[in-house]
Amino acid sequence: MINVMAIILLFLALSLLFYVLFGGADFGAGILELRLGKTLRDEQQELMAHAVAPVWEANHMWLILVVVILFMGFPRVYTELSTYLFLPIMAILLGIVVRGCAFTFRHYDTLTPRPQGLYRWAYRLSSLWTAFFLGVIAGAPFLGRISPQGSSFYEVYVASWLNPFCLVLGCFTVAIFALLAAVYLVGEASDGALAALFRRRAVFLAVTVVVLGAVLFAAAEAADVAMTRLFFGNPVCCGVFALATLLLVPFWWCLRSKQGTVAVRALGAGIIACVLLGWFVLQYPVALRYAGGLPPLTFAEAAAPDATQRSLLGALVVGSCLIFPSLIYLLKIFKGETFRRTS
Amino acid sequence: MDNLLAARTQMALSLGFHIVFASIGIAMPFLMALAHLRYLRGGDPVDRDLTKAWSKGVAIFFAIGAVSGTVLSFELGLLWPRFMDHAGAIIGMPFSWEGTAFFLEAIALGIFLYGWERVPRWIHWGSGVVVGVSGVASGVFVVCANAWMNSPAGFDWNGGQPTAIDPWKAMFNPAAATEGLHMIVAAFEAVGFAVAGVHAWLLLKTRLDLHRRAFRLALIVASGAAILQPLVGDVSAKSVARRQPIKLAAMEGHFQTERGASLIVGGWPDAEAMQTRMAIRIPRLLSFLAFGDLDHEVKGLADFPRDQWPPIAPTHVAFQVMVGLGSLLAVLGLFGLAALRFAPDWLDRPQVLRLFAWSTPLGFLALEAGWVVTEVGRQPWIIYGLLRTVDALTPRPGVVYTLGLYAVTYALLAVIAVALLGRQIRLLDRQQGGART
Repeated sequence: MINVMAIILLFLALSLLFYVLFGGADFGAGILELRLGKTLRDEQQELMAHAVAPVWEANHMWLILVVVILFMGFPRVYTELSTYLFLPIMAILLGIVVRGCAFTFRHYDTLTPRPQGLYRWAYRLSSLWTAFFLGVIAGAPFLGRISPQGSSFYEVYVASWLNPFCLVLGCFTVAIFALLAAVYLVGEASDGALAALFRRRAVFLAVTVVVLGAVLFAAAEAADVAMTRLFFGNPVCCGVFALATLLLVPFWWCLRSKQGTVAVRALGAGIIACVLLGWFVLQYPVALRYAGGLPPLTFAEAAAPDATQRSLLGALVVGSCLIFPSLIYLLKIFKGETFRRTS
Repeated sequence: MDNLLAARTQMALSLGFHIVFASIGIAMPFLMALAHLRYLRGGDPVDRDLTKAWSKGVAIFFAIGAVSGTVLSFELGLLWPRFMDHAGAIIGMPFSWEGTAFFLEAIALGIFLYGWERVPRWIHWGSGVVVGVSGVASGVFVVCANAWMNSPAGFDWNGGQPTAIDPWKAMFNPAAATEGLHMIVAAFEAVGFAVAGVHAWLLLKTRLDLHRRAFRLALIVASGAAILQPLVGDVSAKSVARRQPIKLAAMEGHFQTERGASLIVGGWPDAEAMQTRMAIRIPRLLSFLAFGDLDHEVKGLADFPRDQWPPIAPTHVAFQVMVGLGSLLAVLGLFGLAALRFAPDWLDRPQVLRLFAWSTPLGFLALEAGWVVTEVGRQPWIIYGLLRTVDALTPRPGVVYTLGLYAVTYALLAVIAVALLGRQIRLLDRQQGGART
């Protein structure tokens, strides 16, 4: 039976990975818009809107899939998270609502230019806000400050996520999303000056990601979580760390030498995928850790009964057969030319 | 306001908001595909403009529906974690299928909206149809889960814990088919009359050919659904009578068990005095409608313990509103179809257009009233007969504050969405200025 659960966990990990790689880049475009710089402001905005518009709804669906897998496959994980992390979850929901609406309104409400400023800023700020709280939520189950038996509202519902580790992870997530967006936009820009602009941003953001990654380890140590030892004591984590470091070299070369607009996207996504993979391995088999010496909740303990797991797996397999071909078709229509142009 | 009431209000608000957008996502793509089909066959640019205008509506409302649906998927855990503890493993399945359908809908919508001139025309048209089909599928799956709350199946209940779970049986529970059909037809009815009404109103103002076509196309869909709905509703009511006799009693304001029970129309149920005042009573009709037999016994509320009663007045009044509006729309639908077939010129008369313009919100009002019947009528249970709503409630304090946040957000969104629709219409009129007839 363990195999069914393992495959479902694989689907969960893949959905999260795709959410970050695709949905995350959509958030990143909004974050990048916060600082457009002095030149080519309209062109940048147009490119980003053009890149995001046809695909953002589909990219958002990976999050729905994550939620569905959690509440059908691991109902206890879902209810524990939504009880003790309700504040940051409400924060991302607010952000998702504002962002989705602002993006749509901005695109369609073209009668007069007046409300455009409002939509634009609502879109940008909610992109930043949502990305940040997504990172915060991801940190709490790992850190182990969730305390169901705390004595005050602050201890039970706030302390688990309002701490340096989770806040740094929030910033790290913002940086990752922005980096992905910048890297993809390097490939999407047909204009040389525009591509150069996003290249410079990608370089800056890549450095930021590496620095924040180091700060994250430090924050974990400061919180008495031996993340460094856990991470480097695990062969898989060491492997993906080595791979990510190795990939940084050609990635850096692509960014500096203005070569390989296809390769730069593949390498950027590959590095982020390595980071996520490391995190999954670090987290597994625990779903969430509690404070005060309570035993952690593992995925195996939280798993739904066999019959449910089997039917969930069936739904996921059939769903994938429907979703993947149509998703690839969608991407081929709207992103295909950006790959053909350069190769 | 205590936590239970605040949580129930928040859930009602979220569902009541989302259902409007979900219904538009179910029915509107088919209207869009119909107009598109006319364009592909006849090549008339007015049909193309209509397709594009409706597709903008689909895009805007789908975006709001997608985010409000995301909120709901989290909200089940945020408000009712103990419900999800018990139910997640049993009725997660329709949600996982719903996720797939939702995903396909988003992909197909992307292809449709941005695929003009980029994909072969029939694939383009097909992507529009896929949006609608996925919307219907999503709706059916979600209603399956709601039907399970009314008619739990597919597990054994041992000491407060579910065992021997069968997700398929849970999904295809006894209420699923009737409730699902009722909802899908309701979506077409509500959206059909809303779209026909808006275009009737615009036709009064501008006499644009585009609005005339839009009005007539929407009227066909609306009328068909409205004529079908009383039959579907009757099947639903019979299913409720068998499965949830107490809900039926509350819907009817029927207090005393009797054979040959009268149908109670209108009135105000007085739970203290155990009678429904100021109502019209039609002898023996309730027995006939609920069980197909003029003399069948219909259980009254008096036969059930008081602590299992749903709130009687809201359930009864909402049911009267739903049936009343549904009947009105069915008559309007018959009239509309007859006019389309025998005297299409009638449909240009200002009086007729005004009639339909005033009917714009009626379908949605009936739809919301129907959901009040389903949800309030199931109280005090969240899983009928097994788990009380109060026992599923989140332990966290201060739900009223999150309720406030949601209320403000939804109110703002509703205002912006309506304003945006108005501005889209003005934009359309400006572009269509040359096509006046």
